[in-house]
Amino acid sequence: MSDLTRMTAAELAAAVASGETSAVEVTQAHLDRIEAVDERVHAFLHVDTDGALSAAKAVDAARAAGEQLGSLTGVPLALKDVLTMEGIPTTCGSRVLDGWRPPYDATVTRRLRDAGVVILGKTNMDEFAMGSSTEHSAYGPSHNPWDLTRIPGGSGGGSAAAVAAYEAPLAIGTDTGGSIRQPAAVTGTVGVKPTYGGVSRYGLVALASSLDQAGPCARTVLDAALLHAVIAGHDPLDSTSLDAPVPPVVEAARQADVRGMRIGLVKELSGEGYQAGVEQRFREAVGLLEEMGVETVDVSCPHFPYALAAYYLVLPSEASSNLAKFDGMRYGLRSGDDGSRSVEEVMALTREAGFGAEVKRRIILGTYALSSGYYDAYYGQAQKVRTLIARDFAAAFEQVDVLLSPTAPTTAFLLGDKLDDPLAMYLNDIATIPANLAGNPGLSLPAGLAPEDGLPVGLQVMAPALADDRLYRLGAALEAALLDRWGHLLIEEAPAL
Amino acid sequence: MPSITRAEVEHLARLARIDLTDDELDHFAGQLDVIIGAVAKVAEVAAEDVPPMSHPEPLTNVFRADEVRPGLTPEQALSGAPAVEDQKFRVPRILGEEP
Amino acid sequence: MTADLLAYDDVVEAFDPVLGLEVHVELGTASKMFCGCSTTFGAPPNTQVCPTCLGLPGSLPALNAVAVESAMKIGLALNTQVADWCRFARKNYFYPDMPKNFQTSQYDEPICFDGWLDVDLETPEGVQRHRIAIERAHMEEDTGKSSHVGGATGRIHGADYSLVDYNRAGIPLIEIVTKPIEGTGRYAPEVARAYVTALRDILRGLGVSDVKMEQGSLRCDVNVSLRASRDGAYGTRSETKNVNSLRSVERAVRYEMQRQAAVLSSGGRVVQETRHWHEDTGLTTPGRSKEQAEDYRYFPEPDLVPIAPSREWVDKLRAELPEPPRLHRKRLQEAWGLSDLEMAAVVNAGALTPIEQTVAAGASVAGARKWWLGELARVANERGLAVDELPISVADVARVEALVGDGRINDKLARQVIEGVLAGQGSPDDVVAARGLEVVSDDAALGAAVDAAIAANEDIADKVRGGKVAAAGALVGAVMKETRGQADAAKVRELILAKLGQA
Repeated sequence: MSDLTRMTAAELAAAVASGETSAVEVTQAHLDRIEAVDERVHAFLHVDTDGALSAAKAVDAARAAGEQLGSLTGVPLALKDVLTMEGIPTTCGSRVLDGWRPPYDATVTRRLRDAGVVILGKTNMDEFAMGSSTEHSAYGPSHNPWDLTRIPGGSGGGSAAAVAAYEAPLAIGTDTGGSIRQPAAVTGTVGVKPTYGGVSRYGLVALASSLDQAGPCARTVLDAALLHAVIAGHDPLDSTSLDAPVPPVVEAARQADVRGMRIGLVKELSGEGYQAGVEQRFREAVGLLEEMGVETVDVSCPHFPYALAAYYLVLPSEASSNLAKFDGMRYGLRSGDDGSRSVEEVMALTREAGFGAEVKRRIILGTYALSSGYYDAYYGQAQKVRTLIARDFAAAFEQVDVLLSPTAPTTAFLLGDKLDDPLAMYLNDIATIPANLAGNPGLSLPAGLAPEDGLPVGLQVMAPALADDRLYRLGAALEAALLDRWGHLLIEEAPAL
Repeated sequence: MPSITRAEVEHLARLARIDLTDDELDHFAGQLDVIIGAVAKVAEVAAEDVPPMSHPEPLTNVFRADEVRPGLTPEQALSGAPAVEDQKFRVPRILGEEP
Repeated sequence: MTADLLAYDDVVEAFDPVLGLEVHVELGTASKMFCGCSTTFGAPPNTQVCPTCLGLPGSLPALNAVAVESAMKIGLALNTQVADWCRFARKNYFYPDMPKNFQTSQYDEPICFDGWLDVDLETPEGVQRHRIAIERAHMEEDTGKSSHVGGATGRIHGADYSLVDYNRAGIPLIEIVTKPIEGTGRYAPEVARAYVTALRDILRGLGVSDVKMEQGSLRCDVNVSLRASRDGAYGTRSETKNVNSLRSVERAVRYEMQRQAAVLSSGGRVVQETRHWHEDTGLTTPGRSKEQAEDYRYFPEPDLVPIAPSREWVDKLRAELPEPPRLHRKRLQEAWGLSDLEMAAVVNAGALTPIEQTVAAGASVAGARKWWLGELARVANERGLAVDELPISVADVARVEALVGDGRINDKLARQVIEGVLAGQGSPDDVVAARGLEVVSDDAALGAAVDAAIAANEDIADKVRGGKVAAAGALVGAVMKETRGQADAAKVRELILAKLGQA
């Protein structure tokens, strides 16, 4: 048996199903790996050793009883700490939720459990998913397994780092403006933001309700598809959940057939601000697709340059309201309650003590954008820009099947580099934000290492709403071509930890 | 002329119930001024006749049947509470009145 | 803190009142607005809560279809338009009884708008009809309930701390807002009361709410302003919150008119503010001024999708609307064969629906009227309640009337039975059993009493035997006295006549 932590999720599920190994062995191997490397990576905020082993035992017992196992039964997974899991701490990377143990499971969590996926623990993130580096976690940053002095992306840096560091073959992330895709790009892994409404948000602690979407993190496109299929589908508990069949993502990833596909290269997502090596690897990947007979077209999405501005109005506005509930009255931190202070004072002191700088900045910004007198100029106008961006997508998808761009403008930067420069930090999401604003699905997969710094570059694929399968068709085909070229997955070039 | 003043930030912090320190007020006022300057770019797009998008999907009329479902036990409901008395959430004295 | 008041006649001499009424009605749905928790009133604290109505991180709302339908029914009954497309919005404010620190409500896109309700008011000058224009009826959720510990008993001010129960949080509310009501003149207080009464009747007729003001399922905010003349600009208004009985609506309007008139007459200015109504003293006291008003930062609720009622749906609801109460009354009056005066007595006593329901439960019209306008009206008046706020059900009243009809009790005993039910001693049958109130209808026992009465009054018995049947009344009286009123007089009479050969 090869090292269990190096196997893909698909391979692990097959090995568990065949009896080649047990779910407990697989789980223990990953718990050991976490034990060995997580002190340096800091991907996890909480490791649920007992819960994971007991879930693994249940899988082994089910197999022994002759029960039919699912496509990911017995496979370990790391869950972003923004999704609730009954009885297990859920902090969202914030002090304000210190010690809170939710009394209920998120729908994603419930579906994972039902599928026999073994949840190892909760992963680190920027506080309430606000950030692109995990440096805004109240519990300290995660580190990029490629270079521990660099950021693993964010907000889901913990989930991406856990997958990249072989602490888990799979992880769940959430993507509001790129928080699955950008970490995947800078860690050399695969990450997918499904169509908005494709995966239930019930139990996902909201950052920006109209943008948030949970999705898979993995080391291969097929693994991401397998996980996508487990968590997706209609949920009556989420009114924005789409009551439509889950796109055939697994079939698409297995077929990896790009014949006849037309690809659009988004003119506005290149050029100024994009690192040379990022653009170079992106162009090479496009060349490879062309060699495979894919037709590429340059398309223009003229309103994409306004996406970042619209996003930083919509997101803070919704967040300022979503985060109002953290006031120290019903759960989590309460600060300054000395018996003499009023509830108003205690709420304000709790929020002062419980939130970090980025969260406070965005709450203030959102409060500003929604306040009377400013609403039309800011929030209202930003919502119109959303419409225009959705129209750009719709026009582009009349010409092509998918759109391509670099996932992030640069490779992983050094920890601390942009920590107190919010605007510079925000620019990391410039290519990923349009898909969130319009609700489209997007996937990031490794395109190679930038020549100038030897760090992973991500390529983003975007598709029309509910055509998530196209992401996997193209992603799997490109992954296979790159595998042919390199002889291995890019992640295998990461230095040993 | 900054797009947002320190006094405005102070007012917004009060609305948002965050007891910012003086240092934070100074620091954030400068940063927010830069950010607001950048996001004001949305105003450059001529979009008078464009409908605003509040939801990124065309759903309407999503309803739930009027059926009672089991919720939480009082113990679960109160399990995270900083203070509890008589099976209720205990909170500091309330000064303001209900809107 | 008693404000100066101007005599009412002087108020209406010098000023013209303009009213605005905001009524919140709690719907009688089985589950809450956005989650499956029960809405039952009076459950132990925090037993009807879930992640959604507790506002736990990650929870989401799911809209109750019946609540939406009820909102549309209410609108249609108030002759409003139903929006083709509308959304919920978040009203952002921090308050401990609001678990998310925002209320999911409707803002600039109410589901129902632009309607009217006709209200008839009897005045010494005849019946006045006022058409009350309805601005909107929109959906929102109720808050939790706080109780206050320490300091002055139970009051929020001066309390040491508060305790919050979220059972009520998320119960569906419909807020019905009038346009400014003009032209009421001296009858402004009565019109306000008549409007709320008419609205309550409509809501009850629709079956969408139990409309119990004493339990808070119908709550009223009263806006009052005064202006110098009928065609003048509106004056500054006060908004008196939580006026929670019909009588108080009338009193609060009158009080605010007198208070504001005193301010204006002495050269002062009315402050735009919310005011608190004090049921015990009949006064209002100042609350929040407009300067302190919150900025609610409304925006469309991203967790709920828009509502776009189809024309078919709206048409179906419109077709199913019950008869409007005004027409309904007319029809009942004919069916019951009552004169205008008799019907007015029924309506003014607030007994129309109770009587109708009591009749539906099997009682005769005369019987139902007798109890609701008699004993029950008397007790309600004593207690300062509306008759239908008394703790007795229409089924109870119908049962009392049935017991009388069956001869198991007489009217005198029936009053005792009603008293027992009102005192919480159970159903009419429970009270009869517990108090041993049943009339003596056992033939053997009655027979003995009749024999004794005949023996003691042979002279009268002879007259009856001789054909003077009317003389039997004295014998009946003797038997009733003997049985301390617990005999069925008709039965006694029947027995006496039989024994004396006159049956």
